[in-house]
Amino acid sequence: MSALDPREELAKRLGLPHVPPVRFESPADVRERLAENDYLSDDAIASVTYLADRLAKPILVEGPAGTGKTALAKAVADAVGARLIRLQCYEGLDESKALYEWNYRKQLLRIQAGRPEGSGTEDWSHLEEDIFAEEFLLTRPLLEAISATDPVVLLIDEVDRVELETEALLLEILSEYQVSIPELGTVKAQQIPMVFLTSNNTRELSEALKRRCLYLYIGYPDVERERDIILSRVPGISTALAEQIAHVVRTLRTLDLKKAPSVSETLDWARTLVILGRKEIGDADTAATLHILLKYQTDIERATKELLGRSKPVA
Amino acid sequence: MLSVLGDFIGELRAAGIPVSMSEHVDAARAIEVIELSDRSLVRSSLAATLVKDGDHLPVFYTAFEVFFSTRSWENAQDFLDDLDQPEQGESPEGAAGATGPGQARGEGGGASSSMSAQELADLLFRALRDRDRDALRQAASEAVARYAGMEPGRPVGGTYYLYRTLRNLDLENLERRLGEVTGDPQSPEELVQRIARDEAHARVEMLKAEIERVIRERLVEDRGAEALAKSVRKPLPEDLDVMHANREEMAQLERALRPLSRKLAVRLARRRRRRNRGPVDLRHTVRRSLSTGGVPMDLRFKPPHPAKPEIIVIADISGSVASFARFTLHLVHAISSQFSKVRSFVFVDGLDEVTRLFEGVDDPSEAVSRINAEADVIAFDGHSDYGRALLTFHAQFADQITRRATILILGDARNNYHQAHAEVLADLRYRAKAVYWLNPEPMSYWNSGDSIIAQYAPYCERVIECRTLRQLEAFVGGLT
Repeated sequence: MSALDPREELAKRLGLPHVPPVRFESPADVRERLAENDYLSDDAIASVTYLADRLAKPILVEGPAGTGKTALAKAVADAVGARLIRLQCYEGLDESKALYEWNYRKQLLRIQAGRPEGSGTEDWSHLEEDIFAEEFLLTRPLLEAISATDPVVLLIDEVDRVELETEALLLEILSEYQVSIPELGTVKAQQIPMVFLTSNNTRELSEALKRRCLYLYIGYPDVERERDIILSRVPGISTALAEQIAHVVRTLRTLDLKKAPSVSETLDWARTLVILGRKEIGDADTAATLHILLKYQTDIERATKELLGRSKPVA
Repeated sequence: MLSVLGDFIGELRAAGIPVSMSEHVDAARAIEVIELSDRSLVRSSLAATLVKDGDHLPVFYTAFEVFFSTRSWENAQDFLDDLDQPEQGESPEGAAGATGPGQARGEGGGASSSMSAQELADLLFRALRDRDRDALRQAASEAVARYAGMEPGRPVGGTYYLYRTLRNLDLENLERRLGEVTGDPQSPEELVQRIARDEAHARVEMLKAEIERVIRERLVEDRGAEALAKSVRKPLPEDLDVMHANREEMAQLERALRPLSRKLAVRLARRRRRRNRGPVDLRHTVRRSLSTGGVPMDLRFKPPHPAKPEIIVIADISGSVASFARFTLHLVHAISSQFSKVRSFVFVDGLDEVTRLFEGVDDPSEAVSRINAEADVIAFDGHSDYGRALLTFHAQFADQITRRATILILGDARNNYHQAHAEVLADLRYRAKAVYWLNPEPMSYWNSGDSIIAQYAPYCERVIECRTLRQLEAFVGGLT
């Protein structure tokens, strides 16, 4: 029961001179500071973010596209005044793109330049030691985040896109906050970075990865929160219009559509209506601008029929 | 608190959510650093540490409601005390037992007589109109005390009480009244009215959820968290029995199906790409070996053979088997890019090919929903007749079946005492690569009554019990 505080424990393992102070006082503090950066969180988002900082654990954020998963990492970075280091995952991502790579050309140059004039060769062991030094290392996002001395937030975006094997690369960082480089030894973190992983859930992530993370599911916001998001992100919009927009979007999401409108599309729609100078939504406007919310023709037709009681959109 | 947490995790595991040891430790650490008096904070902290799959969250929330009900939260001090003296053995029902049942019941029962039915309806209406959570809570517990007629000690899950309460509340009328105040009923705009209707509906749903919560709380007080958890435990969507799913569960299944088929397709495509080596190419290897003095140092491989199987699905779509057939058709067509060809046939006592419904549609669920309307499957009385269906299939399509084709037959083999015509299946198996039979009935029911699966089984590679999406996914994933 009297176990060490998780942060203390990690700091000790990493050999940090002192335990880094917690970034957030309480979930309410998270909420407030995220809101200052125009990110409206809810209970779950605020408490998981708080917990991640307090327990020094990464957060795995899942949910439909366009609900603010990546935006959360950005907002947290802004809120704590940290640099955001982003690793965009894609199929075929490998060690040399994610972790580190030896700067081969520079190593060659060093070997050639180091050869003393005219006389034989340089002492080999000395040379070897020299060309496998940090100077010749090209850091990639993961190593950069680990070796950074300034405060950083690491965002590993769309982690579900990498192959199952590549996922294993992340495990050491996620649980130990260190990277092992065979020629150099282990690089330990100089601080405790906050780590966010996002996933669109196109495939099941491995148990090992999930176990190391806190899990946060960000679904579509409820009407009140969506209204507040619209109000904070779209300048010059009236509360009534924002509320109406939030309601329409909720109704759209209950329909059986191929792709439900995301929060970012809602914001686009709200901006459009503001530019058009509308104070409230009417049938004609909706029919004319529905393509901003919905990206499939069949979806647009279905929504028009359901919402407006017409089968054909008005031209 | 720690022992309550242990029980709670036990319940999650029993419900099918995998919780590992290290996750248990994380949860224990999480509750050490948070403010325990904040219930929603505890809830999201436990969710973040224990549940790692968005589909499992509803099951988690149900279990949480039972183990950490709002009412026992009011005695949150007990938890904090537990934390301070962890050595003292804490009874397993610590959380639930914290509240005196007598006090709770007295509170609910005492107030009920002072209010008429009309007053209660008005109270509910006002609470929903103003979205006043406290008033709603009060009104809901009032309604439950008045109408649910709860009897202590009865081992039920609460659905019955919920039904009794809701029946007495006249929700339609309530929804109509709400619709009038949430929007402008005179508005000519179609959209405005629709929004108002949806809003009214959402608020009534809010009331239902609240009433359900109240009932659950009362039940926890009555019988303890663990006993109740068992009776309200719901299976995860992928473990739902397809044949006996009710309407709500069916909707859950529909929702689970789309991401499932997408994941399956991604997984299969990856596997295919990775298998990029065929057998050893001897000629090429020998040619290479010349440079190493005839020693085959460097093996060369033939490019992989693109052996995409052909799939033929023959599905019974009568009665209760229909939903299972629809899921399978959906899943098979969703990953049709992994097969060289997919053909589907549906039958009751007649047989019809429905492949065309799936052609050029990017969403299989659309096609599946058209099957019932468009397929011509009834030849006589509309009772399934496997023998006749197989005969028809054989007569029309047998010559198109090649060694590359895998035949999937979906159905419970309940033949209504018609002739089996198993010899037809024997011939189909002879022509095809393999025949699999997917039976959505539990294995213990096979061959009881008019089920004649045993007569067909000898001519199938395997007969597979396939009752849940999980089983279905595992089978279909193994096909390629």
